[in-house]
Amino acid sequence: MSPHLAELSLAERLSEVGWLGQSGALLAAALIHALLVGLFFGLPAFVFIWAERKISGRIQDRLGPTRTGGRFGWLQSLADGVKLVSKEDLVPAAADSMLFRVAPYIVVVASFAAFIVIPFSDGWIAQALDVGLFLGLAILSLEVLGIILAGYSSGSKWSLFGGMREAAQMVSYEVPLGLTAVIPVVAAGSLNLNEIANMQRGWAGHWLVFHDPFTFIAFFVFFTVTLASNKRAPFDLAEAESELVGGFHTEYSGMRWSFFFLAEYASMFFVSMLAVLLFLGGWWTGLPGLDEAVIAAVGGYPARVLGMVVLLAKSSILVCVQIWIRWTLPRLRIDQVMTTCLKYLVPISCFLFLGATIWPLVLLAVLGRPSVLPLGDEPIGARVVPAQAGLSAPAAGRNMATRVSRSTQEAEGSR
Amino acid sequence: MSDVGLTPYLIVAAVLFVCGIVCMATKRNAIGVLMGVELVLNGANLNLIAFSRYGQLGFDGQAIAMFVIVLAAAEAAVALAIVLNFYNNHLTVDVDQARQLNS
Amino acid sequence: METVIFTIYALAACGGAIAVMVSQNVVRMAFWLVISLGSVAGLFFLLHADFLGATQLLIYVGGTVVLLIFGVMLTASGPMLTIRSGPGEVVLGGLVGLAVLGMLVFGMLSVDWESQQTRMYSAAAEEGRGERSMGYNPEGEGNTARRLGAALLGVRFDRDLGRNSETLSTGYLLPFEIVSVHLLVVLVGASYLARTKRRRPNPLEESLES
Repeated sequence: MSPHLAELSLAERLSEVGWLGQSGALLAAALIHALLVGLFFGLPAFVFIWAERKISGRIQDRLGPTRTGGRFGWLQSLADGVKLVSKEDLVPAAADSMLFRVAPYIVVVASFAAFIVIPFSDGWIAQALDVGLFLGLAILSLEVLGIILAGYSSGSKWSLFGGMREAAQMVSYEVPLGLTAVIPVVAAGSLNLNEIANMQRGWAGHWLVFHDPFTFIAFFVFFTVTLASNKRAPFDLAEAESELVGGFHTEYSGMRWSFFFLAEYASMFFVSMLAVLLFLGGWWTGLPGLDEAVIAAVGGYPARVLGMVVLLAKSSILVCVQIWIRWTLPRLRIDQVMTTCLKYLVPISCFLFLGATIWPLVLLAVLGRPSVLPLGDEPIGARVVPAQAGLSAPAAGRNMATRVSRSTQEAEGSR
Repeated sequence: MSDVGLTPYLIVAAVLFVCGIVCMATKRNAIGVLMGVELVLNGANLNLIAFSRYGQLGFDGQAIAMFVIVLAAAEAAVALAIVLNFYNNHLTVDVDQARQLNS
Repeated sequence: METVIFTIYALAACGGAIAVMVSQNVVRMAFWLVISLGSVAGLFFLLHADFLGATQLLIYVGGTVVLLIFGVMLTASGPMLTIRSGPGEVVLGGLVGLAVLGMLVFGMLSVDWESQQTRMYSAAAEEGRGERSMGYNPEGEGNTARRLGAALLGVRFDRDLGRNSETLSTGYLLPFEIVSVHLLVVLVGASYLARTKRRRPNPLEESLES
């Protein structure tokens, strides 16, 4: 039996405490959620900053940090942080000082707020919305705004160039990002990340990346586009050190600079989790029977902790791949970046989108069932926890595959 | 949970609308005028959605607001293209300079 | 609680709008516009229109304003950044604005909204009170993505459930198609308008002139 969705939200449970009252319970729940999301925002960033140094060191045949905090230099991020906080906070004379001060906060708030919609394990989500994925992408796109404002308000030519490149790059890359993120949504029939992840229960063949050839390619396109949307190499034109000094953060120092840094690593982690939830099975291990066995053995709550560990492990692997790519590939030119997006990625993702929508219909016409594998015969929408269909999901709320399979069943029944 | 009611939303929408109108009327930078248009459209949208929750409009309000947002994005793109074209020809974005037909 | 949140968002939205109106620097105007539009998105969420709130963030704040700032960067060089309008225009505009605001507020205060106030989905909320829908929202309200998508495809859950087939409402399929074609036309047209015209000497014309 699958684990049930969280039966009561935190606010509802707290409001049973009594002396809190309803507003107090809401406030307390909001604070707890903010604290937890803040932990997930901050800690991975620190870990990945250390990992980036270590991995880049190894790739370049160096050792990377070795001393701070023991053998592997694992406290290096903390040391960096202390150093950055203690640095002087400069505002250049030519800068628009209000915007210059505000810009890092926009970036860090956007990157932090995006974690609201991520389910860390089954039902462990700060705000479960039916439009979770959409909202996540929307908030992530706010980050661009902070970077453009930073680039503009610094009053330096290098920063302005960085900001303009970032604006051009992001406005273009949002198109394939949205299109490829929609492809697993088409397969799953939901924008709710929790539902999408729950649909991928079972063995790895149920993962949406293996759902059909189009989602398989879409995963790689999505990964490439997220590299660009995080300004990671080879798409880090906005901060190209060798051409633009530091790009949009040339004039920043100390704490404000570290905000950009923190936000970059946090949103790397965010898009990796998004990729895992959309394509790579979320918190399910993908080994047949293992999840069910774990749930049966230890019960719902510990199983969810394990699920979170699985999710974090998968996302960390993706982040490591991002780091690996950064230190392996050379930077593109800005025109090459735009060509890659507008002439290749956009048409490819349009094609994939069309293909993903037509695929179940074609299969139905050819094979008589909406999926290739006999094991995946169960329609994907039916894998979600017992449908409390009720309000939110009358016929059209379910996905296409379900409807198609339902119509085939009806057809068979009528025969 | 206490409810806000319809009127406060309408007042906020009215403030947005009026700010947008004044922006459109007084700004001389073409992009400032565009921002005024965005504010006006947002005031209208807020009205639509407030009526969709509290009034008789029902779900239609949200659907119409959806179309308004989409058309506003299209409007912004075209207007910006016109502004860029104007800048290429006249090297300014001051709307008061656009009086070639007014000779 | 809702009142507190509403007050915060409403003040931010109005303050942002007023700052857009008052400030002279275009980039600061864009920043205040972001504050205002973002707060309006918050108000949308408060009105249980979560899909529209997300759309507002994605299209307005993430798309349109970025586009506007991009336009500012392309066009604003030095003096263009702050084009001041004359004091007469400002006073006149302010007066007209105040008059319009007064008229609107007077108009909306003189209508008795309470008498015709109906809660959206009130029937639906009663129906679904016992069960928890797929999300974790306490009520059936707020999750409008599916309803909106269905309405755009021509299926109206809020009207048509339980009706017979003669009285079905129409939905929004035709406007949806028109808007999508319109967007395509706009895309082509805008990129045609905004392209840089290279003043290359045309060899054909030169040969004709000589």
